Amino acid sequence: MQYTRNVEALKEGTVIDHIPAGQGLKILRLFQLVETGERVTVGLNLQSRHMGSKDVVKVENIALTEEQANELALFAPKATVNVISNFEVVKKHKLELPEEIEGVFACPNSNCISHKEPVKSFFYVRTVKNDTKMKCKYCEKVFTKDIVVEVR
Amino acid sequence: MANPLYRKHIISIPDFTREELELVVETAGRLKAAPRHDLLAGKVVASCFFEPSTRTRLSFETSIQRLGGTVIGFADGANTSAKKGETLADTIRIISSYTDAVVMRHPQEGAARLASEFSAVPVINGGDGANQHPSQTLLDLFTIKESQGRLENLALAFVGDLKYGRTVHSLTQALSLFNCHFYFVAPEVLAMPDYICEELDERGISYTLAESLEEVIPHVDILYMTRIQRERFDEAEFKQIQGQYILKAEMLNHARPNMKVMHPLPRVDEIEVAVDDTPHAYYFEQARNGVFARQALLALVLNETV
Repeated sequence: MQYTRNVEALKEGTVIDHIPAGQGLKILRLFQLVETGERVTVGLNLQSRHMGSKDVVKVENIALTEEQANELALFAPKATVNVISNFEVVKKHKLELPEEIEGVFACPNSNCISHKEPVKSFFYVRTVKNDTKMKCKYCEKVFTKDIVVEVR
Repeated sequence: MANPLYRKHIISIPDFTREELELVVETAGRLKAAPRHDLLAGKVVASCFFEPSTRTRLSFETSIQRLGGTVIGFADGANTSAKKGETLADTIRIISSYTDAVVMRHPQEGAARLASEFSAVPVINGGDGANQHPSQTLLDLFTIKESQGRLENLALAFVGDLKYGRTVHSLTQALSLFNCHFYFVAPEVLAMPDYICEELDERGISYTLAESLEEVIPHVDILYMTRIQRERFDEAEFKQIQGQYILKAEMLNHARPNMKVMHPLPRVDEIEVAVDDTPHAYYFEQARNGVFARQALLALVLNETV
């Protein structure tokens, strides 16, 4: 069977694969990958044997940190993050939910003080019985993670 | 050794350990029995009320003055630089550079926590939006201890608006450290939020959801009434709901002799005036205790030992 690459191979950088279809652009925005000025290749609605369809993001010359990879776990827990050097995978991040997350998501509570003040948003993350909850450090409201990651 | 609350911010009840809660309660009792006029001598405390409040502000300011301190501040945010667009962070930076502590109330949730990150001196939360009001919880704990002689193993009923009432949320969180049993008496639309019930489940604390106020009364040591806010319902619905949660004097006939009725006030008509004359009424003493609980907080935050 003939195999064609969906996206051109990367020499240096990071490949975020197995992103649920529809989340790819959100990942670009949250990690401000476009603002880096590096070449970013995005594949949307690609065929996936396991997922049906998926998104893929490749960014050149940037290695996603452990912390960023864990933030990714909040909305794309099955994504794979491979750091590439000289066309080889040099690191595969295993995504684990972070205990705390700073500055990525805005607090869904519109009356939370964090919106208008010179501070970054900050959530404590906790999983109870497969249900991931995020508690805002400021307003102390607890949200299911889906509500937090939808906002913004 | 300095007391554990010395120079600490007082922001939220879940920040407290059981020992710290007991320390405030015990100190409030001592200050009620034997007033001190020297504990805040030479101290200037800012009283910053970005939204109006009667009881909280006046009882904090009374507490400061009774302990020998002086107060600066404002009673609503209308004439402050916040109105000109200054951030709360900047406002607090400045005010904290003038004073020894900042007491504040603000209409937005999280304001006190944010202020504590920019303040050079301890911040005491006098209410941040719908979030926390820790000094109310501390005066409630003091009142419960005073009227029952203990905080452990009590049975308490919370009645009325348990969904939006920050007072009952914080008090439940605090009392969950003392192995109490709770009855939550509320219409379904105003039920205790899931996150509070989940916290209780995690701590293995038992609670009962009840609909009838009258049936719960004989089983409790404390009956904590709250106001159901008219503006949350249409008029007919309000009348129907509110009617079920009005405490009448005759309902207290089967109450335990030690049972006390508490209410954070203001009450409207959820406690009939006739209840005031029963030995169970304790809400006015509770309001008076606000001064002693706030004195205890201020004294502990501003003195190594009290």
